[in-house]
Amino acid sequence: MKIRLDNVVKTFDTFRAVHGVSLDIESGELLALLGPSGSGKTTILRMVAGLEFADGGHIYFGDQDATDIPVRDRGVGFVFQHYALFPHMTVAENISFGMKVSKVRRSPAEMSARVADLLRLVRLEGLGERFPTQISGGQRQRVALARALAVDPKVLLLDEPFGALDANVRRDLRRWLREIHGELGITTIFVTHDQEEALDLADRVVILNEGKIIQQGTPEEVCRNPSSAFVMKFLGDTNRLSGSVKSGVASIGGVTLDADGCPDGAAEVYARPSDLEWSRESGIPASVLRVIDRPDGRRLVARTAGGETVELDVPPETVVRAGDEGFLRIVRMKVFAA
Amino acid sequence: MESSPPPRSATRNDPPHKGEGKKRRRVLPGLPLSLGITLFYVGLIVVLPLGALVFKAASLGPEDYWRIVSSARAVASYRVTVLSALAATAFNLVFGLALAWVLVRYSFPGKRLVDAIVDLPFALPTAVAGIALTTLFAPNGWFGSALAETGVKVAYTPLGIMVAMSFTSLPFIVRTVQPVLEDLDPTLEEAAQTLGGSDRSIFLRGILPLLMPALLAGLSLSFARSLGEFGAIIFIAGNQPMSTEITALLAFIRLEEYDYQAAAAIASVLLIAAFLMLAATNILQARALRYTARG
Repeated sequence: MKIRLDNVVKTFDTFRAVHGVSLDIESGELLALLGPSGSGKTTILRMVAGLEFADGGHIYFGDQDATDIPVRDRGVGFVFQHYALFPHMTVAENISFGMKVSKVRRSPAEMSARVADLLRLVRLEGLGERFPTQISGGQRQRVALARALAVDPKVLLLDEPFGALDANVRRDLRRWLREIHGELGITTIFVTHDQEEALDLADRVVILNEGKIIQQGTPEEVCRNPSSAFVMKFLGDTNRLSGSVKSGVASIGGVTLDADGCPDGAAEVYARPSDLEWSRESGIPASVLRVIDRPDGRRLVARTAGGETVELDVPPETVVRAGDEGFLRIVRMKVFAA
Repeated sequence: MESSPPPRSATRNDPPHKGEGKKRRRVLPGLPLSLGITLFYVGLIVVLPLGALVFKAASLGPEDYWRIVSSARAVASYRVTVLSALAATAFNLVFGLALAWVLVRYSFPGKRLVDAIVDLPFALPTAVAGIALTTLFAPNGWFGSALAETGVKVAYTPLGIMVAMSFTSLPFIVRTVQPVLEDLDPTLEEAAQTLGGSDRSIFLRGILPLLMPALLAGLSLSFARSLGEFGAIIFIAGNQPMSTEITALLAFIRLEEYDYQAAAAIASVLLIAAFLMLAATNILQARALRYTARG
């Protein structure tokens, strides 16, 4: 099911949560709404579900205007951050809830066959008789997904689905969700504030801030061509160096670099820790404040002669100690007008 | 990938020092003192008077006991007490649940006032409540005169007993259900809505079962209170033996006649009834809560 948001607005008592968001979601797409808290991402998801009504604009499911369709008739599957399983029902009863309350009559045999299928899909065979308190968080979230899928939703909506789980479970479930999506091909929108999760999982990432779309594109597009300093900062660790641009050439701490297309004047130069190199010969003069060793490399915290603190990743065998003097070399960077 | 084994605890498998095996160390302090005080007061305030009651009733022979508790007047009083209490509890179930529901889920002007008024039957001396209700429902009272036109008599009938009972026991249901409703996770309801549930099926399948333990607790308290209510009822009931005389009043009448043993015998029936009812609701409650057990 193709979904289209047309200039959707939502205002809560005093503050505006979503300012005119327009978005097209292709049929079968796995889309991430990514943003810091308060960016309106959950509100957008809830409006698509019908758990909130839009104050302005329209939401289309295919060609049908779904803006005013109540949630129970909208045919969405919704997965909540804290599972929202019915505590007094077993896993199997939770999964069959949607079928039981549906207007479509199903025989008990039909329902239990469907429950068994779904338990297999979410790999929880044999746990149907347990109560939600008797299974782990990761298992609960898989039950919640099975329950949402049981009613054959047109679109699957997940609100921070892995937010309450610990890191290892989260990684497993992410891979598993990707597989299920591949298997079922159902249009899926999920909300997260975790950029790694969004980039890992989604076909397309929509980055939001303060109720507006800042940038959208494939993970490759948003990573390689962040449209603003906000996106650059939000997607991962980054260093900010101040400099200036004159006729396409940026100068930072006495070093000049090519900066095509940037307007003249003060500029902010952004480079990720892996975009910088440590050098003994030439570059921006800096001194090492701290060396942080990690399983996959070594990170230096350094201060430039201009007094700016930067972090950079170096190969683990680099010989360097706190207090060493040297130079920073910028391998890749993004320049935005200050 | 393998992680290194945890360092073996040196003390884990050591044999316990002499005397250590007897006394397990507790984490929470104060058990002997708090338990001692609690048991002392339970004994003094609850068990002792009840024990005296049982003792007094037991001093009758079984034949005399049976004659007193099965006399026609006593049986009639059980019937009117139990039936009125059941009716009052049923009324409170519906009305108390509705009141708790409204107080928790909606905001409206005067909500805090209504919330405070709910406790009034607890605070009001029951005799005052009885007199007020009698004044209202008497044939020349505000409600009574209006009801008289439709042919319904409340004062001096079992209906009056029911009204007095539901008045004094209403707060039990509201106050037991209210906190559970407040703690109910709103996403449960949203989840049920996204799954296509109608308001009715969400309430019946999703919410009511979760309220069940609290409802049962409120019901049993409300019913027990109704069985034992005295002050509010005697003013409105009319107290005609065989029709509107409640068991508590019958016990009181025997007491005034200095027939302490008969009073104790009749009271013991109330005691046993209340005890059985509380035991039954405890079992039902445990069943309603079985999902919380970890397995």
